[in-house]
Amino acid sequence: MATAAKAKSAASRGNQARAPAATVADLLGCYRDMLLIRRFEERAGQMYGMGLIGGFCHLYIGQEAVVVGMQHALAPDDVMITSYRDHGHTLARGMDPKRVMAELTGRRDGYSRGKGGSMHMFSRAKNFYGGHGIVGAQVPIGAGIALSMKYQGSKNVSAVYFGEGAANQGQVFETFNMASLWKLPVIFVVENNMYAMGTAVTRAKAGSDFYLRGAPFGIPGEQVDGMDVLAVKAAGVRAVAHCRSGAGPILLEMRTYRYRGHSMSDPGKYRTRDEITKVRSEKDAIENVRALLLASGQVNEDALKEIDREIKAIVADAAEFAQNSPEPDPAELFTDVMVA
Amino acid sequence: MPIEILMPALSPTMTEGTVARWLKKEGERVSAGDVLAEIETDKATMELEAADEGVLSQILVPEGSHGVTVNSVLALLQTEDGNGQKTMSAPHVRPPVSIPAAPAPRPVAKAVPPPPAQRTYAGPTKTQTVREALRDAMAEEMRRDPKVLLIGEEVAEYQGAYKVSQGLLEEFGAERVVDTPITEQGFAGIAVGAAMHGLRPVVEFMTFNFALQAMDQIINSAAKTLYMSGGQINCPIVFRGPNGAAARVAAQHSQCFASWYAHVPGLSVVAPYSAADAKGLLKSAIRNSNPVIFLENEILYGRSFEVPTEGDHLVPIGQAAVLREGNHVTVATFSIMVAHALTAAERLAKEGISVEVIDLRTIRPLDVATLVASVRKTNHLVSVEEGWPACGIGAELSALMMEHAFDDLDAPVVRVAGADVPLPYAANLEKLALPQVEQIIAAIRTVLARG
Repeated sequence: MATAAKAKSAASRGNQARAPAATVADLLGCYRDMLLIRRFEERAGQMYGMGLIGGFCHLYIGQEAVVVGMQHALAPDDVMITSYRDHGHTLARGMDPKRVMAELTGRRDGYSRGKGGSMHMFSRAKNFYGGHGIVGAQVPIGAGIALSMKYQGSKNVSAVYFGEGAANQGQVFETFNMASLWKLPVIFVVENNMYAMGTAVTRAKAGSDFYLRGAPFGIPGEQVDGMDVLAVKAAGVRAVAHCRSGAGPILLEMRTYRYRGHSMSDPGKYRTRDEITKVRSEKDAIENVRALLLASGQVNEDALKEIDREIKAIVADAAEFAQNSPEPDPAELFTDVMVA
Repeated sequence: MPIEILMPALSPTMTEGTVARWLKKEGERVSAGDVLAEIETDKATMELEAADEGVLSQILVPEGSHGVTVNSVLALLQTEDGNGQKTMSAPHVRPPVSIPAAPAPRPVAKAVPPPPAQRTYAGPTKTQTVREALRDAMAEEMRRDPKVLLIGEEVAEYQGAYKVSQGLLEEFGAERVVDTPITEQGFAGIAVGAAMHGLRPVVEFMTFNFALQAMDQIINSAAKTLYMSGGQINCPIVFRGPNGAAARVAAQHSQCFASWYAHVPGLSVVAPYSAADAKGLLKSAIRNSNPVIFLENEILYGRSFEVPTEGDHLVPIGQAAVLREGNHVTVATFSIMVAHALTAAERLAKEGISVEVIDLRTIRPLDVATLVASVRKTNHLVSVEEGWPACGIGAELSALMMEHAFDDLDAPVVRVAGADVPLPYAANLEKLALPQVEQIIAAIRTVLARG
């Protein structure tokens, strides 16, 4: 069993050693999508500081390549589901930044009409199923969505995101078992950002790497440089093809890094500033794509600046919209508890 | 003296069974371990093995005999040395979920007398057990809507740990009757996800005690997501299975969860007593677009009631039923305690005390109007539940009376509840811990004396 897993991992590592050549259009798309998340999250951080956003607020800054690369591999009618660190996922799914920000400010135009907040955003129209606050709970739910897809005879897949912290929850293993047993079309995406809140991965994980954790259940795994959007996309394309073929689930471990604290109230004493600076300067996903675009010779600084301006405007509009949207009507307190 | 071969108790709640078939004839020589007969309980067919060597000298209970009580002498075995003693016929192979108990010196749970009151229905009815009614409800709804599926441990090939899903695999196939590994949190979460994505899963918990493992998915995912999503993602799912004490299965397998789930907005909580209500409410639960907790009772599974046979028999969630009308005192209860309450009412009627018995049927939302109307008439309320008293259903009923019927009460509400201890195993202690008819009668006398 272990041998098989190793063989598989070696093969997959070989696959992703060199990301396939991407077109400039692809790169520009990724650049734009990642930048939107980065700028949006920076603004969300500011607005939290100003007291416009309350409660918990978990920023996605640093991890943008994971969700954007995967999004470029998924089809619109595939489903995505994730944890509480979900702002980036909503934006990648094409949800409206204005309404995402309005949910963060708890206003009536938010995706959950102000009742969910940062951790609980959903869009049935965009096949985004949340936004779940209990670590690991979204994993069986995502597999259940895959069960429904299979039951209804669709060829869609369910992309289930969870952190390496959640990967230690018992229900994740329970889900691996059933997803493999029933050949459910699930892509398990472990976003390994190296810290489960303040606990470094080395202090929380025994045994093999996360991408091998599906091996005992017969789930192939692949370790991916989650700071390289093209590598992520390539792995995503392979994973989607695997699932659509009816071969059952697949596991992708994305090696990534979060620049900000776990939440806004994280003093960050568990790692050094140098560590963050080093990753930022050497591995930053957005800077990498920017360099590739400039190196292509087909895009110049001015073109990129123009994109920056566009994104800034989108984020400014979102922030303005979110502050001007009214609070929910008091009558909303008792709506949406049950479907009539 | 020959050895007596006795009718074994093959499950915690078994008091009688059927001798389906003798595999050995009178006069035949048998060795220890030989299968002598097949015993059919309401849950499964089990083989009865010989524990000793000898000659089957006499069969006292012929095959096809129904209602053979536990510990009846089924046959006699003549051993070589002629040393007679009662044998422990070892039941063997395919035990039902509950580990077969060795024959007890006394039957553990004396069958409660049949319910003295029965609802009447205008149209034609047939006699059915609660178990059959639940199965029919699922089958009818699965025929009606291809998005309904049953998922849980032993629901398919085993035909249900308590035989509730008998025949469903055969009719609907393994895609719609899904056996899961023993993994409550996992399969509950998977079912929740499937429901959010458009299916209508019925999740069977082998018992609700095991649903504790899945509590997070039931509460945090199934019950809350509609609200958290601003009305976008509903979860049409039924969580069902036996709840509360069975018989002699001790603390971890004997808890009533009615008040736990009834606490939670976003859930409906149903706990039927009769077969007709079990069927009608389960059908309604499956059609409901929200999560429904459906609390069954193992001891009730085998009880028979009249069930309407014409049309779609639906019982709406949220409506209590007045099972017996009375003027002096209202007893509000649910599930198996309804039987106790009806017995208590019958006995007190002989003394001229007129008891109104309300079967709540739905615990959330409670049918406050029916309760208040009854208390306006009787001016006294006794609540009866099997669960613990603290923050229980009785506490809720009591508070509701303060809010809605304070001026109509002639005496404070009296609660009858399970003892405030983990349920003990010993037969005498278990009986003391669970509400009995005598306690209900005493509570009624108390509330009337205070008035």
